[in-house]
Amino acid sequence: MIPGDGIGPELMLHVKEVFRHACVPVDFEEVRVGSEAPEADVQNAITAIRRNGVALKGNIETNHNLPPNHKSRNNLIRTSLDLYANVIHCQSLPGVETRHRDIDILIVRENTEGEYSSLEHESVAGVVESLKIITAGRSRRIAHYAFGLARAAARRSVTAVHKANIMKLGDGLFLQCCQEVAAEYPEITFRSMIVDNTTMQLVSRPQQFDVMVMPNLYGNIVNNVCAGLVGGPGLVPGANYGHDYAVFETATRNTGKSIANRNIANPTATLLAACMMLDHLRLHSHASSIRQAVLASLD
Amino acid sequence: GLRTGTGSDSSAEGTFQVTMLPGDGVGPELMHAVKEVFKAGNVPVTFDEHHLSEVQNTASEEKLDRVVDSMKESKVALIGKIHTPMEYKGDLASYDMRLRRKLDLFANVVHVKSLPGYQTRHNNLDLVIIREQTEGEYSSLEHESVKGVIECLKIITRAKSQRIAKFAFDYATKKGRAKVTAVHKANIMKLGDGLFLQCCKEVAELYPKIKFDTMIIDNCCMQLVQNPYQFDVLVMPNLYGNIVDNLAAGLVGGAGVVPGESYSAEYAVFELVRRGSPRGTVPNLPVRAGILGGLEYHSNMVSDAVKKVIKGGKVRTRDLGGYSTTSDFVKSVIDNLHPHYGA
Repeated sequence: MIPGDGIGPELMLHVKEVFRHACVPVDFEEVRVGSEAPEADVQNAITAIRRNGVALKGNIETNHNLPPNHKSRNNLIRTSLDLYANVIHCQSLPGVETRHRDIDILIVRENTEGEYSSLEHESVAGVVESLKIITAGRSRRIAHYAFGLARAAARRSVTAVHKANIMKLGDGLFLQCCQEVAAEYPEITFRSMIVDNTTMQLVSRPQQFDVMVMPNLYGNIVNNVCAGLVGGPGLVPGANYGHDYAVFETATRNTGKSIANRNIANPTATLLAACMMLDHLRLHSHASSIRQAVLASLD
Repeated sequence: GLRTGTGSDSSAEGTFQVTMLPGDGVGPELMHAVKEVFKAGNVPVTFDEHHLSEVQNTASEEKLDRVVDSMKESKVALIGKIHTPMEYKGDLASYDMRLRRKLDLFANVVHVKSLPGYQTRHNNLDLVIIREQTEGEYSSLEHESVKGVIECLKIITRAKSQRIAKFAFDYATKKGRAKVTAVHKANIMKLGDGLFLQCCKEVAELYPKIKFDTMIIDNCCMQLVQNPYQFDVLVMPNLYGNIVDNLAAGLVGGAGVVPGESYSAEYAVFELVRRGSPRGTVPNLPVRAGILGGLEYHSNMVSDAVKKVIKGGKVRTRDLGGYSTTSDFVKSVIDNLHPHYGA
């Protein structure tokens, strides 16, 4: 358990309390990593996750006033453990008033490369180059994950989101890989859509989307748009899956500094993330009962 | 500038020349619509048409130069959509982008305003999105370093960041807006977006009367969905601008009702159709071209007519949920021009 900053610590307390009442057979090993923690602390956390295989996490604040060699701790954890798939499930929840109804979208986001490569340099004073990396290997891997998930969840279509008209080689490669993988799942309809149109479609008619797959940055944006559609950052849980490890957190990864310690943060997202973790640990009955309790409280 | 035109309908002292690029898709129809409405309203504008299209294969370096020459005279252009084909034909930069770079149209302004009479999930929205559109992720600098590994370069420079920030604050000052929000992802792209943010902060200090704040792009998108009313003027690098433009357009009814304008130090280009949108209708924008040339009277006249038709609710194009054709709408606008001003 990595409480993180802001509202993280208090939400983790709530999870522990709910688990205690539900007699969930899970022991938490707590590891503290603050925003200014030295790299050694982050390495400890990573090793702890390697030990346990599974983690529940709050967001660690990234102070952008610190020098650039101080990388985002959250990103470091994701890339070191190769948690390549970020999955969020955006669903209209009963009892939550929103402008749109009947939303049920699974978003699969490549979590380790793309614009989050942290490869930047100032070639000449006042000129910065930031590298966005797209590889065939990782694009195919995330595409397989998305289609596999769609098949397992009996979903009908997968939409790849990209900007290949502008980033012809980069996003072009991503799109091509998705197309190749799609051919191996003939029962699933494959579509593609440019990211700007996607955001417009999401706010006008989100019901058209089923499973979506995309590179890192677009995933970040689409996750947030969808979370907003179903009621906000306090409601949607997220999961980061790798080959060997899984880390669960809220979908939109907010620190919630401004509402911390005031007993107003919505614990739904974190509690539902804990349920996703329980499912992953095959503690399905516990996961279901807690989930039902959460949804009932929302109604 | 002011130029005597050879057009047949010049009722004023001189007519204004406006460069016109119909482009692809619905562009030509919309251009036709604009010409019809302007003719009916006796607007003293002549159009210098150029057909530049990548998908129709009428694009070339010479064509591009001719458009630029035309712009040097007219200073103002009306543009449809120059569709960028998806296939990689050997040139990473599209003609759309190259035109923008040649004219150095660094600022794209989208004024997102709810249309009176057209109910959407968000009403009374009034925000302005200012986007740097010559660098960032659209630098067209990509290469395959090793087979299966692509590097795309996103470029952020101090000079262009300062320039767009200054544009945003000047715009806010001129239009009496209260707040400018810089949108970025400096927690991840520390050097690049960090530099952009830094430049915005520096420029903000020169405009003490305007409130300045910052927001990360993902949170910004979520806020736009949940509570767009908190925003006033937004400024951001290229890609985020593209995304936010489209998101905001979706909030007020789609691409067809949100026009865009692009500015350089010398030129202004008015877009008929939002870039990236699949279809558009007759927007209330072509009118704004008139304002630049000092044709305020005509622009108000046409603008009022368009707004009246939309408010009336009887003639609605497909994207607004109705069944009218583009020409029905145009005819309705023309009809509304006359009774009011007795032309």
